[in-house]
Formats: sequence, C-alpha cells, structure tokens
Amino acid sequence: MTKKIVATASLAGCFGCHMSFLDIDERLFDLIEIVEFDKSPIDDIKTFTRQCDIGLIEGGCCNDENVHNLIEFRKHCNVLVSLGECAIMGGLPSLRNWIPLKECLDEAYLNGPTVADCNEKKIIPCDPDIPKILDKVYPCHEVVKIDYFLPGCPPRADLIWNALYALATGNKLDMPYEVFKFD
Amino acid sequence: MPTFVKFTIDGVVCMSEEGRQLVEAAVENGVFIPTLCNYPGIPPKGSCRICTVMINGRPVTACTTKVAEGMEIQNNIPELEEFRRAVVEILFAEGNHLCPSCEKSGFCELQALAYRYRMTVPEFPYMFPNRDVESWHPKIMKDHNRCILCKRCIRGIHNSEGKPIFDFGKRGDKLVINIDSETSKNISDELAQKAMDMCPVGAILKKEKGFDVPIGKRRYDLAPIGTEIEK
Repeated sequence: MTKKIVATASLAGCFGCHMSFLDIDERLFDLIEIVEFDKSPIDDIKTFTRQCDIGLIEGGCCNDENVHNLIEFRKHCNVLVSLGECAIMGGLPSLRNWIPLKECLDEAYLNGPTVADCNEKKIIPCDPDIPKILDKVYPCHEVVKIDYFLPGCPPRADLIWNALYALATGNKLDMPYEVFKFD
Repeated sequence: MPTFVKFTIDGVVCMSEEGRQLVEAAVENGVFIPTLCNYPGIPPKGSCRICTVMINGRPVTACTTKVAEGMEIQNNIPELEEFRRAVVEILFAEGNHLCPSCEKSGFCELQALAYRYRMTVPEFPYMFPNRDVESWHPKIMKDHNRCILCKRCIRGIHNSEGKPIFDFGKRGDKLVINIDSETSKNISDELAQKAMDMCPVGAILKKEKGFDVPIGKRRYDLAPIGTEIEK
C-alpha cells in the first residue's frame, strides 16, 4: 500500500490541536506505517514538495498570511480537514469579531494598561513584513471549501487518530460519543 | 380518578393521563422529544420549536400540546430530526457560543443536542453579534452572547415575594432578556443556583462558581441527552 501524504498547519491557533495530535502516543508508530508527512510543523518542512492526500488545518484566519496559507493548502491537498474549534468557528481569537478593528488595535498598542506608558510615539505596527490583520477572524470554511470537520478544543487524540486512520485506509470513521466534544 | 388515553408515537401504542403535556407523556412512555424552552414545572412557551412533532400529519410543538385519545404522533422521523438539527445549528450561528470557554460546557442542553445530532459545524454563517455581559449583579451574571431567548428564566425564577427577576425587552432580532437590578440584589444563593441550573445554556451563571466538575464527569460527557429517557 502506498502511504498517504499528510500536511498540517496551525493558522490562528495555539498549537493545542497539534499537541493533541501527538497525544495519540504509541499509535504514532502505527501512523508512520500508513502516512508520510509533507509540509507540517511536525517535520518542519516549510513548503509543499508535492500534492498531498490529507491536509489538517488548525486555527481560523485572522490575517492575510493565514488566508494565503489556507488557499495553498486547498490547492495542494485532496482532502482538507478543519481541526478544532478555532478552524471551525474562529475560537478564542474570534472574541474580537464584534469589536471594530480600530478599537482592538488602539487597545492593544495605545491604550491598554501595559502599553499606554511605553508606546510614546503612539505607533501601531504596520510593516510590509508583518501579516495584515483582517477585519475579523474567519472560520476556514468561510474562506475555502473544507471537506471534514473535527470538533474539540482540542479534538480528542482518539478522534484525530480515528479520523486519520479512516482517511488513510479508506475505512469508515469511528466517532464514539465520548470523543465528540466542543471543549 | 384520572382518565387515561391511548395514543401512538411512531406507531408504538402509548398511554398517559388525559390532558397531560405531550413532552411529559412521551417521557412516561420512554420516548425522548428534545426540548430547549420547555422546563418541567413551569408553563410551556413553544418558542424554540425544537420539540416539533407531527400529529395526524401536522407539525405541532409537543410542549404546548396536550395528549388526547387516538393521537397519531410522529417523532423520530428523518424530516423532523433534520429540522431539529437545523434549529440547533441556527442557534449556534446566531449567538456567540464559544464552548471551550463556557462554564456550562458539559451541562449545556444546546451543546448536548448538538452532540446528539453530531453537528460538527452549522450550515449557516456565523453572525458574531455584539452582545453585552452583565457582570454587575452581585449574585448572578448574564452573558447575552450565549442567550438563546428561551425565556425559561422569566417563567421560572421569582424571588421570595413572588416577584419575577427576569423580563424581556424589545422585539424580533433585538429581543433581550433583562434582569431587574433591584430584585436581583437580594436573591438567595439557592435561587441564583436555580437560575443557573434552569438556563439551558451558559447565559445565566451563579457568581464565584464554575468549572467545578472535571471533564469526563459532566452530565453529557458520556451519554447523549435523552438516553436516560429512551428505553
């Protein structure tokens, strides 16, 4: 059997979903028998080297770099999976979604109690090297087509394992009630 | 002597006292009809529509309907399950339901129904409305981000003098649940707890309490909502 190629990314997330992924523990040995990793923080490959079978996306889109990355993943992955609450609904970063962007930036760089005294020139960072922040945080499926969703904060390791196993082997996904959680 | 009536739910013959609320009669017969705005012991409202069943071919809310002899009720059919799932999805998309940071997670009936229907993501776009958190009441907190406007609190929570604590203001998509600051000032801890327990989501919280049950031991961690009723 040829190994399926997997790519993963963390956009506006906390890497918790990736940590939960590593929580599959010794099943990692079984996993590397059936999949190979391409672009992913797990093997530190920075750019796609080939077309992939499965893409796992952690986190939503909060800046233009996230959007660019997500579009790249959609192009290079046959199946794209939203992993965790942030990818599915914006998660914690989306707490700013109902506050105007200017208010957020003013609070973060000009008026917040930890910055009010030290940012004397009243600068809000705006450098071409820094990704541009979006007006709000977007769930991944509002930016590109997403094929599957794995909820959880983080998704339980068993759910990630079951999903990857099902996708890699073509078996039916086993999704027991205990591992299907939003928190 | 109460009179008993015979009716069928999904073809199964059931029996209950005449005039009993259909939701309760179903529970007596081991049938789960999902509810959100309905709560045992307080007047039914019929506002969330999730308990919709087909009676003699017509959609009716089961919380506001009384059982009668010969009723033919359809409950567990794909059309209704799809409809109920859509109600849950709309509620998730309409408010700001951030389960990971909610004190009620694991006890939330909206979340539990989403688990039951295996909702991974709502089919509707998230609205991210700008809503307040009322944290200035001494005993309780009201997080409007999570409120699904079921009005259980309005119907079920009264202080020792029988005065209501909650009320609603405005209409339509501007509808909001208000708390009477004067009455809410002196409520007992028990009443605050009752309000929190009665709220199907995490919109009413008792202050200085939360996350006291570990993950894995919460009400809906191991078995879906309704399984305790279903035979």
